[in-house]
Amino acid sequence: MDLRGKRVLVIGERDGVNAPAIEACVRSAGADVLYAETLCFV
Amino acid sequence: MDLEGQGRIRQVVEQAGTDGVIAVLGANSPTAVEMTALTLKSGDPSYAGSLAGIALGIPSYHILEPEITGQVDGALYDRELALSALAMDVTEVIAPMKAIRES
Amino acid sequence: MTRYPVITAVANVLAHAPGLVRYGSKPLRDLAEDAALLPRLTERLRSYLDAVAYPPNQAYIGNRAPETLRALPRPWYQSADPVASPDGALGDLIDEPELYSLLKLSDRARLMQVDEALLARGTEGLVRRSLVSAAEMDRLAPATSEAIARVIDTGEAIPLLAGDRVVGSMTRGHEHDESLTANVLLENLVAKATGVLALRRLLRQVEPRLAAGEIEFVIAGSEEAVGDRYQRGGGNIAKAIAEGAGLEAATGFDVKSFCASTLYALFNAAALIHAGVFSRVAVVAGGSLAKLGMKYRAHVARSMPILEDVLAGIAILVERGTDADPVIRLDTLGMHTVGAGSSQQAVVEALVMAPLSKARYRLDDVDRYATEMHNPEITEPAGSGDVPTGNYRLIAALGALRGEIARDRIADFIAARGLPGYAPTQGHIASAVCYLGHALGAMRAGKMKRALFMAKGSLFLGRMTEAADGVSFIVEA
Repeated sequence: MDLRGKRVLVIGERDGVNAPAIEACVRSAGADVLYAETLCFV
Repeated sequence: MDLEGQGRIRQVVEQAGTDGVIAVLGANSPTAVEMTALTLKSGDPSYAGSLAGIALGIPSYHILEPEITGQVDGALYDRELALSALAMDVTEVIAPMKAIRES
Repeated sequence: MTRYPVITAVANVLAHAPGLVRYGSKPLRDLAEDAALLPRLTERLRSYLDAVAYPPNQAYIGNRAPETLRALPRPWYQSADPVASPDGALGDLIDEPELYSLLKLSDRARLMQVDEALLARGTEGLVRRSLVSAAEMDRLAPATSEAIARVIDTGEAIPLLAGDRVVGSMTRGHEHDESLTANVLLENLVAKATGVLALRRLLRQVEPRLAAGEIEFVIAGSEEAVGDRYQRGGGNIAKAIAEGAGLEAATGFDVKSFCASTLYALFNAAALIHAGVFSRVAVVAGGSLAKLGMKYRAHVARSMPILEDVLAGIAILVERGTDADPVIRLDTLGMHTVGAGSSQQAVVEALVMAPLSKARYRLDDVDRYATEMHNPEITEPAGSGDVPTGNYRLIAALGALRGEIARDRIADFIAARGLPGYAPTQGHIASAVCYLGHALGAMRAGKMKRALFMAKGSLFLGRMTEAADGVSFIVEA
């Protein structure tokens, strides 16, 4: 699956990989970000 | 588990459509990513959220799946992902993802 | 240089509140959509005795060291703790009548009612615990069942239940003000009353040596928002709590950073003392009504008891440095700055590596790390994982990346210097501070030299920033 041109829903998690980190990574691979949120389970 | 942002995601998708839309997840618990992936593909399995009964058909990937990390520049990977990759049990966390995409 | 300020006493308290679970944020929203859920919720509420016998609760109030939970078979809710007592070495686990009676005592706006039988029962318990005087309880006026029913029927008040009996009510503070609804006021009153509980218990602990009037300042760091329509987060529940505990010589303020609030409040107290402004500051945090029953759906689905049925409180006394007590090493502060970047590595470096480096310590110079100590038995069924272990794995992994820990020793590091989760999911309380009392005891007994406390605050939840936050420091004998 090629990330270039994909439109991404970013759902990060505080103690896993957070949204800003995921966003940086997918953007660098050529995707757009439609939505980004970091969840906190507690 | 609740995907509390279901309402907002639903709004975004209603506006933008689902063409070329994927989700990329970052949680460190296999159950958490499994529930999110199922919800975005076939609707909220707990029937508790806005996406209950709504099958968006959006495929989900975990940020640490090799098919994603393979597309991330090395320096960026080291800075943003390397620690998490060592801290979590990546094999366990990404295990449900492919099967849900292909179901 | 003078010794850094010290921690001289800690109180960890719990209040059993099954009747309030329906007012937790998640249950409340679910019940508003589907009232038929209520019986499925109430049938999974557990008794006071079961809440007392629950080993993680016994660990929280100081009757067992948290690490001893590892030897108990899971699920913990299926084996009553052999050391169980509602009187903990660190604090009390009070029952619901005692909690409601404390709410009534704390209610200065006369918006809460309880009936006579409930107030009598609760008073008896609180007097026996030496937490209240009979005289101050005598000044409270119980309400008749008719008066209670009346305000509930008009919609001005919400019912307070014990079992299936309506025993009281909480009235809104204003017809139109969203910050003074009955639910918001109940949330704030609960935070105040459990903060008062913790502070009064702290005072009992130091009584022979110190009188209440010798504490000069109170800093609160908990999760409520006290305010009105013109200022939703006005705050200073610290002063209300100080008043409720009889600290006539004190005023105070609140510190807020989501779940890092209490640890920040502690650092703030130490800094004020070290600067010579005060000699004795009490740090206090009441419990979170909003977080009751947060994961109840998962517990009900598995026919588990609803484990999030207790409110937590904590109070910590900080004083000028002595030789006898553990210091708060203000020179080891870990901070996650704006420019640090949002990567997980930046966060762990800021909160763990920076404090160690400031003190010239290595990872294994610290005996215990206290992080997000949420009880995994609560979170795992909901798919939220084991939060403390997830955090310990981050610390150990960073140690491995830096070559300080061999990769195959990560598990040993966690076993030796980490802890199993035991705190109720009461946010700020689970964030490191719940271990202070245990560390204090271990350090005084010569069994521990130093512990690193690190708390995270999920600022991004408030939508004003995407940044996370946290604070940390070392406490040392």
